[in-house]
Amino acid sequence: MSTVIKVENVSKVYELGKMGTGTLASDIQRAFARMTGKEDPLLRIGETYDEKAIHIALRDVSFDVTQGQVLGIIGKNGAGKSTLLKILSRVTAPTTGKVKMKGRLASLLEVGTGFHPELSGRENIFLNGAILGMTNKEVARKFDEIVEFSGVSKFIDTPVKRYSSGMYVRLAFAVAAHLEPEILIVDEVLAVGDADFQRKCLGKMKDVSSHGRTVLFVSHNMEAVKNLCQEVVLLEKGQVAEIGKPAAVINSYFKRNTQYNSQILFNEQEAPGNELVKLRRAELHIQQGEILDINHGFELQFEFDLENDYSEFSYSLNLFAITGEHIFNTVSPVVSAKRGRVVASCLVPADLMNSGDFTVSIMAVSQRSITLFYFQNVLNFEIFDNRENEKWFGNISGAVRPKLNWKLS
Amino acid sequence: MAALDSNREDWTQVIEPTEGLFKFNLRELWRYRDLILLFVRRDFIAVYKQTVLGPLWHFLQPLFTTAVYTLFISIVKVPTDEIPRILFILTGVVLWNYFSSCLIKTSNTFIGNASIFGKVYFPRLVIPISVIISNLMSFAIQCLLLIPFLIYYRQNIHPTIYILAIPFLILLLAMMGLGLGILVSSLTIKYRDLNYLIAFGVQLAMYATPVIYPLSLIPGRFKAIASLNPLSPIVEVFRCALLGKGTFSIETILYSTVFAFGILILGVLMFRRVENSFMDTV
Repeated sequence: MSTVIKVENVSKVYELGKMGTGTLASDIQRAFARMTGKEDPLLRIGETYDEKAIHIALRDVSFDVTQGQVLGIIGKNGAGKSTLLKILSRVTAPTTGKVKMKGRLASLLEVGTGFHPELSGRENIFLNGAILGMTNKEVARKFDEIVEFSGVSKFIDTPVKRYSSGMYVRLAFAVAAHLEPEILIVDEVLAVGDADFQRKCLGKMKDVSSHGRTVLFVSHNMEAVKNLCQEVVLLEKGQVAEIGKPAAVINSYFKRNTQYNSQILFNEQEAPGNELVKLRRAELHIQQGEILDINHGFELQFEFDLENDYSEFSYSLNLFAITGEHIFNTVSPVVSAKRGRVVASCLVPADLMNSGDFTVSIMAVSQRSITLFYFQNVLNFEIFDNRENEKWFGNISGAVRPKLNWKLS
Repeated sequence: MAALDSNREDWTQVIEPTEGLFKFNLRELWRYRDLILLFVRRDFIAVYKQTVLGPLWHFLQPLFTTAVYTLFISIVKVPTDEIPRILFILTGVVLWNYFSSCLIKTSNTFIGNASIFGKVYFPRLVIPISVIISNLMSFAIQCLLLIPFLIYYRQNIHPTIYILAIPFLILLLAMMGLGLGILVSSLTIKYRDLNYLIAFGVQLAMYATPVIYPLSLIPGRFKAIASLNPLSPIVEVFRCALLGKGTFSIETILYSTVFAFGILILGVLMFRRVENSFMDTV
């Protein structure tokens, strides 16, 4: 298999502030370096340069993509994914480094670019096709196919401003889908559009890669990445953190980006609470594993300092989605407690929670009714999704996603 | 391994920081000729869609402008080298319209198209070139407007051999409009004030050009300053070609030509310098 994209030591430096470098002197300095073909002086002295004034979006990124491969690109927001895509699609130039490519590159992100509302569907197909790099001949050859695919043949001579938004997107997508690029960029399509649109995009991706063309797939949807890609690049703070098989890289992405086992310790002075009870430790502990996903149970552990003895002492724990939605409340058994350190832990079993971001609040209660103190948002954590052999990569909604006993016949 | 090595030179695209100031990719521009024509079509059609008078606006604008200026120079009695005032003004206005609309529209290239440029690559010069061409079409239409007046006043005018030079004049005008326009558009990325400057700058420049007065009107000691304006000879030759009177010389025409080439080259260089990275600044 030959290499179709070769990214070599690509860096991208953004200058912050609205006037670029800000001073005429450094403008001239840069211009001079550029004209004499030297490296950008600002990047080279990046260590000593005022870090506030520049932002390094990509730093020495290198990787190869072989023909026919579906390569996933993952990373947190701000890791440099978009910048990398911008460079690959030639919207902006790298500050240093090189990208070599074989063949035409197109992006499903560019759906509808340059559509003019006053022009008819027919005129826009030609215009949009040309913007995406097709010649008139190519568009004309595929015209009927495009119209058919879009399903707007009845309105093809109507200005697109009269289209419904659905028709508009379908027509735009139809043009992009018939580009037949050697390299296709699919950026976060699963986040927008309905199930139908998602299916079309994924269908197009499979179609493209099965014809020996290459796909770059950028997504936050790890399930889709895991199931569609052969190789994954993990970007972190503008650098390639890892390249490899999807499962391994995604696991490492989760590990790098979570506060699993997150532990909060408080000393005596800083401990939250009141004169009756103080929180000294809160911890989330994952059972059998390192990654908190829906298939793993986890234990919430707490330590408190009590200032008095209580004959009837208990806890009430609330779990909220980060959006504020109350997922559940659970109450501990009632015990008698002595002054001093008390420990409580609560096990949330595997296959109960849905994926998402959550926060835990816990209340210390005496006499089954008197609130000693309510500790709010003690722990925050994210539960990742984990799906094997699935064909649906969209969101599964619902507060919980329990594994229940099914009987099928 | 041998296969790999033989593949090494097959790259169809190499993306680099700066593609060299003087590496101007004409072949790539040629590959996008369809896009240029489609943009011309779009600009031309879309402007008058959903207007009552449609393409008639191409005539109305210069006609009204001419009427106002003609009235003005009739009142203050500006001599027009014995050319009928309406024809004198109309030739100037039509020519000036072409230059000013080229300049104003191309000077907005980067900022006005940032949303497209931010999503997809095509040679950025496609946009200003398509503007020049679509303006050329409206210029041609406006020139039709001259014909009835030329026929009506046929006794008072004396077309000269310079008529053959008109395409060359238009080319020079287009080069200046394009060159200045893309130069300004490259600079507006950093210095946004230029956008405001250009709007009234063009207006002022018209009064520095013999559009509503003949160059011959300018007294001797100001002539040197007036001849610094590279647009003047073009207007004067154009009038001489169609109407028979104009003040110019080989030197002034040569000066305009050199200026047109110079400004176009400078504009393209500046444009090339910023087109790869302007998205970071806009």
